[in-house]
Amino acid sequence: MTPEELHKIAETELEAKQQTQHTLCVCMAAGCVSTHSDKVKESLAQQIEKHGLKETCKVKGVGCMGLCMAGPLVAVEQTGALYQMVAPQDAEEIVKNLGKQPVKRLVCDTTQPFFTRQKKIVLENSGVVDSERIEEYIAAKGYEGLLEALTSMNQAEVVEQVSKSGLRGRGGAGFPTGLKWGTVAKARGERKFVICNGDEGDPGAFMDRSVLESDPHRVLEGMAIGGYAVGASQGYIYVRAEYPLAVKRLKDAIKQAERLGLLGHNIFGTTFSFNIEVRLGAGAFVCGEETALIASVEGKRGQPRPRPPFPAERGLWDCPTLINNVETFANIPPIIRNGGEWFAGIGTEKGKGTKVFALAGAVKNTGLIEVPMGISLREIIFEIGGGIPDGKKFKAVQTGGPSGGCIPEQFLDMQVDYDSLAKVGSIMGSGGMIVMDETSCMVDVAKFFMEFCMTESCGKCVPCRVGTKQMHELLSKITDGTATDENLAMLEELCDVVKNTSLCGLGMTAPNPVVSTLRYFRDEYMAHIHDHRCPAGVCKIGKEQLATV
Amino acid sequence: MVMNLTKPAMPSDDKRWKIVNATMRRHGHSQHSLIEALHTVQEIFGYLDETALKFVAKSLRVPLSKVYGVATFYNFFTLKPQGEHTCVVCMGTACYIKGAPQILEAIEHIAKIKPGETTPDRKLSVISARCFGSCGLAPAVVFDGEVAAKVTPAAATEKIRRWMNS
Repeated sequence: MTPEELHKIAETELEAKQQTQHTLCVCMAAGCVSTHSDKVKESLAQQIEKHGLKETCKVKGVGCMGLCMAGPLVAVEQTGALYQMVAPQDAEEIVKNLGKQPVKRLVCDTTQPFFTRQKKIVLENSGVVDSERIEEYIAAKGYEGLLEALTSMNQAEVVEQVSKSGLRGRGGAGFPTGLKWGTVAKARGERKFVICNGDEGDPGAFMDRSVLESDPHRVLEGMAIGGYAVGASQGYIYVRAEYPLAVKRLKDAIKQAERLGLLGHNIFGTTFSFNIEVRLGAGAFVCGEETALIASVEGKRGQPRPRPPFPAERGLWDCPTLINNVETFANIPPIIRNGGEWFAGIGTEKGKGTKVFALAGAVKNTGLIEVPMGISLREIIFEIGGGIPDGKKFKAVQTGGPSGGCIPEQFLDMQVDYDSLAKVGSIMGSGGMIVMDETSCMVDVAKFFMEFCMTESCGKCVPCRVGTKQMHELLSKITDGTATDENLAMLEELCDVVKNTSLCGLGMTAPNPVVSTLRYFRDEYMAHIHDHRCPAGVCKIGKEQLATV
Repeated sequence: MVMNLTKPAMPSDDKRWKIVNATMRRHGHSQHSLIEALHTVQEIFGYLDETALKFVAKSLRVPLSKVYGVATFYNFFTLKPQGEHTCVVCMGTACYIKGAPQILEAIEHIAKIKPGETTPDRKLSVISARCFGSCGLAPAVVFDGEVAAKVTPAAATEKIRRWMNS
C-alpha cells in the first residue's frame, strides 16, 4: 500500500457515494441488533429491489447511533432524517417516501439536546460508516493519521503530539497518555508490545463494546501509531468473550487491514511492521487491571502482581509494554491528524477532549453519548438524558462502576472531569453512568457492588479476598435490619483497611460505593439500623413490615 | 537438547477435536494459547470436561493442575454440560436497578433451580451474568443466544414455561 493507493481508495469510495441518491443507514450495533435491526435491514433491501430503486438507493449497516432505547434506528444519510423503533413492516413506507417528506410517525427528533449537545471525536464515525468495510473508514480519513506518523514524523514527534494533546487514559485512572508512551519508548528491550484493554468488565458500561462494533479500524490505527511511537511490532487486543459481535468485527477488520497492507510488514513502504492479534477474555473483572490482563494474555489465571515494575518497563513476557484502553487508542488517529493542540483546545484545564459515557438506569434517553469534558452532570442527565421518567425524583448518579461512587443531587452542577469526580468520592471510571431515582435503596446499591467485588476478587491478597466478604456480610445485616451501630463502625473501619492495604485497583477501590453512600446517604443506613425500615422499600425488612402492619 | 514435540493422540475420532488442534497449532502449541484453546473447546463442545482438559494440558505441555486452575478461575468457562436451552439474566447495575432481581426470582420460582444450575431433565440452564453491555435496553435477558430487551418477569416466565413444556 502506497499513500497514493490509500487516497485512491478514498476517492473511489466518495465517488460511489455521490452517485447514490439515498442511503439508508441501519444501526447494526448490539443494542439495535437485539431489537432485530438485521431484519429491518433485510426488509429495506427487499423493498428497494421491489420498487426498482437498486441503481439509486442503498442500504448499509452502520455502527451505534447512540439512542439505544429508541432502536432499531434507521437514518437517511443525505437528509439526516432519523427513524426510530422501526419494524420490518415499516420498510415499504420508508422506501416509498425517500426523496419526499419523511414518514412522520417514525421520525425521531434530531434537534433534541440528546443529539445537539454532544461532541463527537471518538464516535465521529459511529452510526455513519459501515463498520464492516475498511473502504468507508478510509474515505472518512481513516489511516491518514498512521500515514502521517509513519511518513512525516519521527517517533519522538508522535509522542510529543500525544503529550501536547493532554489526553489522559480513558480506562478510568486518567494517567497522562503521552507520559506513558514516552516511558515505553525510552524503556530498553529488544521486543516491546502494545496491548489494547477492551476488557470492559464494569457492569453498566458499554462504551468499548460500541466503539469496537462501530469503528474497529480506529482502534487498530491508534494501536499501530502507538506501536510506531514506542518501537513495538506486535499488538494484542484483549476483548471480553461476552461481546461476540465486537470480536467478530474486530477480527474481520484486522483481516481487511492486513489484506491492504495497513497492518503487517513494511507499512506504507517504510521499515515499520506491525501485527495485531485478538485475545479473548473469559469473564474475570480483575483482568481490567493491567498486570492481571497481561497474565491473562500469557494464558494464565488473571491475577495482578505488585507494581512497580510497571508494564511500561516490564509487561508482557517481561518486555516493555504499552497498555491503553480502547477509547484512549480511538482518540489517537484524530490527534495525529489534527495535532495535539487541536485536542487540547477541547475540555477543561486538566481534562482534555471528550468522554464517552454509557447512560443508563432511571433516565429517559438511555444509550451512548460523547460529551466534552467539563460539561455538568445536570446537563448530561436532564438535558441529554431527558431527565427522570415516570415523574420520579432524582436520587443519585453512579459513575465508575464497582470502583466508583454515588453522587447526590447537590453536586449536579459540578463540571465532569477526572479531578472533580474524585473530589466528591467517585471516579471517572471507564464511563458507565447509571442514574438512580427514589426507588433505589442506596444501602442495597452498595451491597450490590460489594457482592460484585466479593465474587470478582481474584483471591491473591487477603484484604480484598476476606475484606470484601466481611463487608458484604455487614451490609447484608444492615439490609436485613439486624445490624447494630457497632456493625456500622466495623464496616467503616474495614473500608479503610481494604482501601489502604489491597494489592491492586480492584481491592483499593472496592470500598468506594460504601464510602460514598455513607457520606451522602447516611440517613438511609440509619433508617435500616435504628428504625428497621428501608426508606425506598427495596430491602426485605421494608416489605415484611408492610405485610405485618 | 532435542525437545519431544510429539503431540498426544486425539481423545476420540470425533472430528471436532481437529478444530481444537487447529487452534493450538495456529499459536504454535505455545503455553500462552491455553485460554484460546479452552475457548475453542467450549465453543464446539459446550463445556470443558476432564477429557478435554487432559488433552489440552498434554498438547500444550501445561500441568493439568494449571489448566484446571485457569478453567475454574474464569467465569466464562463451565465444567458442566448446559441444558437444551439456556437463559442468561443480566445482573449488571442498570438491569439490577430496573428489576432484574425480580425476573430472576420469577424464573427460579417456576424452573425450581438457582442460577448456575440445570433442571434434572436437562431442558433448561439458568445463568446470572455480569452485564453484557445492553444497559440501554435494561433489563435484558439472553434466551438461547438472543438478547431480549426490556424484559418483564411475566414475559420471561412465559418463555421458560414454553421451553419446559416442549
